[in-house]
Amino acid sequence: MLQPLFLVTVARLTVRGLLGRRRGILLLIVPVLLLAISVIGRFSHADRHDLTVNILGQLALGTLVPILGLVVGTGVIATEIDDGSIVYLLAKPLPRWKIITTKLAVAVVTTWVFAAVPTLLAGLVLYGTKDNLAVAFTVGTLVAGAAYSAVFLLLGVVTRHAVVAGLAYALVWESLVGNFVKGAKTLSIQQWGLSLAKSVAADGAIDATVAVRVAVPLLILVTLAATVFASVRLAGFTTVAED
Amino acid sequence: MAVITIDKVSRWFGNVVAVNDVTMSIGPGVTGLLGPNGAGKSTLIHLMSGFLAPSAGTVTLDGAPIWRNQEVYRAIGLVPERESMYDYLTGWEFVLANAELHGLADPGAAAIRALRLVEMEYAQERRTGTYSKGMKQRVKMASALVHDPSVLLLDEPFNGMDPRQRLHLMELLRQFGADGRTVLFSSHILEEVEQLARHIEVVVAGRHAASGDFRKIRRLMTDRPHRYLVRSSDDRRLAAALIADGSTAAIELDWQERALRIQAINFQGFTTLLPKVAKEAGIRLYTVSPADESLESVFSYLVAS
Repeated sequence: MLQPLFLVTVARLTVRGLLGRRRGILLLIVPVLLLAISVIGRFSHADRHDLTVNILGQLALGTLVPILGLVVGTGVIATEIDDGSIVYLLAKPLPRWKIITTKLAVAVVTTWVFAAVPTLLAGLVLYGTKDNLAVAFTVGTLVAGAAYSAVFLLLGVVTRHAVVAGLAYALVWESLVGNFVKGAKTLSIQQWGLSLAKSVAADGAIDATVAVRVAVPLLILVTLAATVFASVRLAGFTTVAED
Repeated sequence: MAVITIDKVSRWFGNVVAVNDVTMSIGPGVTGLLGPNGAGKSTLIHLMSGFLAPSAGTVTLDGAPIWRNQEVYRAIGLVPERESMYDYLTGWEFVLANAELHGLADPGAAAIRALRLVEMEYAQERRTGTYSKGMKQRVKMASALVHDPSVLLLDEPFNGMDPRQRLHLMELLRQFGADGRTVLFSSHILEEVEQLARHIEVVVAGRHAASGDFRKIRRLMTDRPHRYLVRSSDDRRLAAALIADGSTAAIELDWQERALRIQAINFQGFTTLLPKVAKEAGIRLYTVSPADESLESVFSYLVAS
């Protein structure tokens, strides 16, 4: 029933490759840390609102989501390209874009389960439902998680150094450059997520630099463009002949 | 009838030419693609299996271009050289997944049939990561055969197989060829190709060196001029005595090596002539060594002819 958009067998292989063996447990470490910190924070005497915004903004949206997006986005395709097993998918009469949309769907859902759900729980533990903070940051992590997945999946298709390139983007561009150069924040998935979080939360509860009317089109554009470009590149996939 | 046609194809990587203006067509039956390592065999197989675009020329299957045309995989089965194949799946799961990816009506039945064909049912519940090289090769075969393709492409399929597995695979490929399928496999070992393929295509240094029946290729290879390096008690007199005979083509006095460089036309004739002539002339032979017995030199002779 999902066949028009997704390939069930490709999805099954991808999920097993991604979550099978020890990687599934590794993916759990960061969200568990987030929840542990939230529980500790609940008993702290610091200003609860600021603490929640800091933990959910810096730790969840700023760190957990890009890390998971990177591990998962590259994990759904770059590992297969690296070890060459991708030929078994490509030597089949399958539209290339369907392979990409299927793998993207797996990446997005995985990022949501391991990043967005823990963010919601952490928010509820820290601040309950006040100011709509927990839901707001959850929405932020959902959209940012999808965009990160698409971008990092694209990196996995176009370069053999996808993890390095992805880290450079997340750490150097979003965190470092973004902190010093204001304009850089306009082109940051993290800031777009924050912008959406702000629009969902109670007035004044969250600060964001990018306006939501800018963030939403950019999020959609980047996610779609990355998916289309990844499909095009996969259609012209070339293996390295070991001659 | 499935025919792969390679028409004036070149492929270069940067300024390295891997395949240089090759034209050949591969039809039903078993064809061996023979050449030394680095000759461009793998590049050709990648071109024929749609994983590499030709820099110039066209590669087609029954007239349809292979590059960027995923529909050709309904007719092509590919056995890649690399070993990785979803190590976390069992042999059964792997072959079944391949059948499903082909969109077959009854993937389960197809997987059973393919695994039986390569005699791997006994290990189908084990993870492919635990397989030996020969077992992996057979499961790769099963995955390539699962949709009953009319073309089978195999990149160095006998590498790392023990003799029994090798015989079994040869028998299987011979059977496919006899069924009228187009089977192409690459190898750098003449004896291997000879045992299996009636038709041989030879590539050397990216060029199409020879094409035809294996007997013709074999003759070309044994009839080539053989070069020898000979040292004796009197090189000049030995040279004079040898050149009188029809089995030598050229003799050079190499002053630096203090030796004779001899090019023989007739291998059999020369090897009996040399000791006879030396004995009659009272010349002692110190060194007789073949100068170019490497596979590369054998192949490069084919390119020149």
